Amino acid sequence: MFSAMLGEAWQAMGANRLRTFLTMLGMVIGVGSVVLMMAVGQGAEESVKQSINAMGSNLFIVLSGSSTSGGARSGSGNASTLTVNDANAIGELDGVGNVAPISMGNAQVVFGGNNWSTSIMGTTATYLDIRAWDLDDGYVFSDSDMRSATRVALIGKTVVENIFGDINPIGKTIRIKQNPFVVLGVLKDKGQSLDGRDQDDTIIIPLTTAQRKILGNQFAGSVRQIMVQAVSPEAMTMVEQNINGLLKQRHNIREGADNDFNVRNLTAVANSAAETTRTMSLLLGAIASVSLLVGGIGIMNIMLVSVTERTREIGIRMAIGAREGDILLQFLLEAIVISVIGCLIGLFIGITGAMLVNKLTQAAVVISGYSVMIAFAVAASVGIFFGFYPARKAARMNPIEALRYQ
Amino acid sequence: MAQSLVLVQDLHKDYQTAAGAITVLKQVNFSMDAGDFVAIMGPSGSGKSTFMNILGCLDKPTSGHYALNGHPIAELDGNALAKIRNQTIGFVFQGFNLLSRASLLDNVALPLVYSGVSKSERQERAKVLLEKVGLGKYINSLPNQISGGQQQRVAIARALVNRPQLILADEPTGNLDSVTSEEIMALFSALNAEGISIILVTHESDIAEHASRQVRFLDGRIVQDTRSRTMENVTEAGVLN
Repeated sequence: MFSAMLGEAWQAMGANRLRTFLTMLGMVIGVGSVVLMMAVGQGAEESVKQSINAMGSNLFIVLSGSSTSGGARSGSGNASTLTVNDANAIGELDGVGNVAPISMGNAQVVFGGNNWSTSIMGTTATYLDIRAWDLDDGYVFSDSDMRSATRVALIGKTVVENIFGDINPIGKTIRIKQNPFVVLGVLKDKGQSLDGRDQDDTIIIPLTTAQRKILGNQFAGSVRQIMVQAVSPEAMTMVEQNINGLLKQRHNIREGADNDFNVRNLTAVANSAAETTRTMSLLLGAIASVSLLVGGIGIMNIMLVSVTERTREIGIRMAIGAREGDILLQFLLEAIVISVIGCLIGLFIGITGAMLVNKLTQAAVVISGYSVMIAFAVAASVGIFFGFYPARKAARMNPIEALRYQ
Repeated sequence: MAQSLVLVQDLHKDYQTAAGAITVLKQVNFSMDAGDFVAIMGPSGSGKSTFMNILGCLDKPTSGHYALNGHPIAELDGNALAKIRNQTIGFVFQGFNLLSRASLLDNVALPLVYSGVSKSERQERAKVLLEKVGLGKYINSLPNQISGGQQQRVAIARALVNRPQLILADEPTGNLDSVTSEEIMALFSALNAEGISIILVTHESDIAEHASRQVRFLDGRIVQDTRSRTMENVTEAGVLN
């Protein structure tokens, strides 16, 4: 009996194809946009997550404070207040894992006939551990390179593309501010940082080399920032307090005076970025759901018209023995079939659209079975919910009046 | 005495309209034995259609008693009434009332859908009946592809598909020419000869002549109840009242 009714629903839909198609279109657009929006939203969340993982976990960055000269205050990171010794002392604190002092600046890099301006970062090999940054090729500089301030470099992908092209850079000599450097290794592709900076547009050299040969005029031992990794997320609060306490003591800062350094919790910043994208993707989903609702109302509208048009048919069916439940089921089934087919087409279009977005804009999209299932369940319930009232109206008809209906 | 197939006692039917209550049936008493063929006649507005609707369990009386096969109808709920319309009674209408989108086979098989018969059996039984009414060649046609007389045959086949005891025909020849009407009436007579009880509403006295009993309505009352073949059973209801 159920299959007979499904067949009849199919027949009834076929009787007025254009109308059925337009009704379905509401569902198609609703489901399609929900799937597309969820794919884009989840894609954004996913890429933020990747950026966070690429950044490294449980990170603090200690910046030197601002300097004041002639009444003008510079921004933080400009005073030369942090030293390698500060970094070593932080490394001794409880709950601290890796510590990497960093000096940086910009410089022109030359290889053969090509040149490129990029950021030069002087640091230790631990920096790569903290950032979970591997090499594509070659090897990392050693402690002895550190001690003797050797002119060796690890170069990022963007730099390779711009000055080497197809040439294998390992072992080649590049010039940074006229100083010859041997390329030891090529860094793995890291992509954009959370703020959209190209992390591959960089050259990493030993800290000592940077201080003595490239970023000259700072006094020996000073660094721009110190990157600190706590051993666990739980240890972060304690580590932050301890770094503050330690540096106040080392820099002789009196109670109540301004610090000449800043401690920033990078993980907290990253988490808030993740929170923002999650909110955005929820918002997109909510907007798309509205179109699903509109599609549902369209189904209800057409089912009401259909019930009125088929009043006589309903009367005939009742006269030959259809129960109220049979009529209810018949019209309900029609609404469900329309919404489920519309949903399937919508899924197809939404997924195709998401892939197209991915292809055209390179934005990450994620199509999860979970979001597809939700869209399907919602569409089926929309069909039931909006099909029920017209179906009940049909089932409650008076058979005599229905038979007389012209 | 054998139980009557249809027993109606003191039946009243009022309709509420904007102009107040209208009484359509007054003190109607009627009984019918299984196997009978009754023609109901009367002018428009005499209450005969309302009477048929009540007999067909499509409408309920305001007061009075109606029993089908000895079972009082007033006690039954909607689903039980639907079951009676599905299995005990077959309807034939003036306007044929076939589903225009469905094939003749599906039209005839439709009542079986509501009694839960399997698809293969539905089609088999519908096919047999279409052959019986002479339309075996057209089982896959649509209703608008055949003539009015043929459509009425399909409607009769649909009424018969669940092997009912009683057929209620509301002016079945009203939309047909006289030759086709005769063919349809011959079909009814043949069915009656097989033992199926028939109640038929008509305007035309020559159509009513095919029945073995003629009942005349006027202003909501039965005014005449005649047996055509056995003259001694004739009663002039109008005189008795």
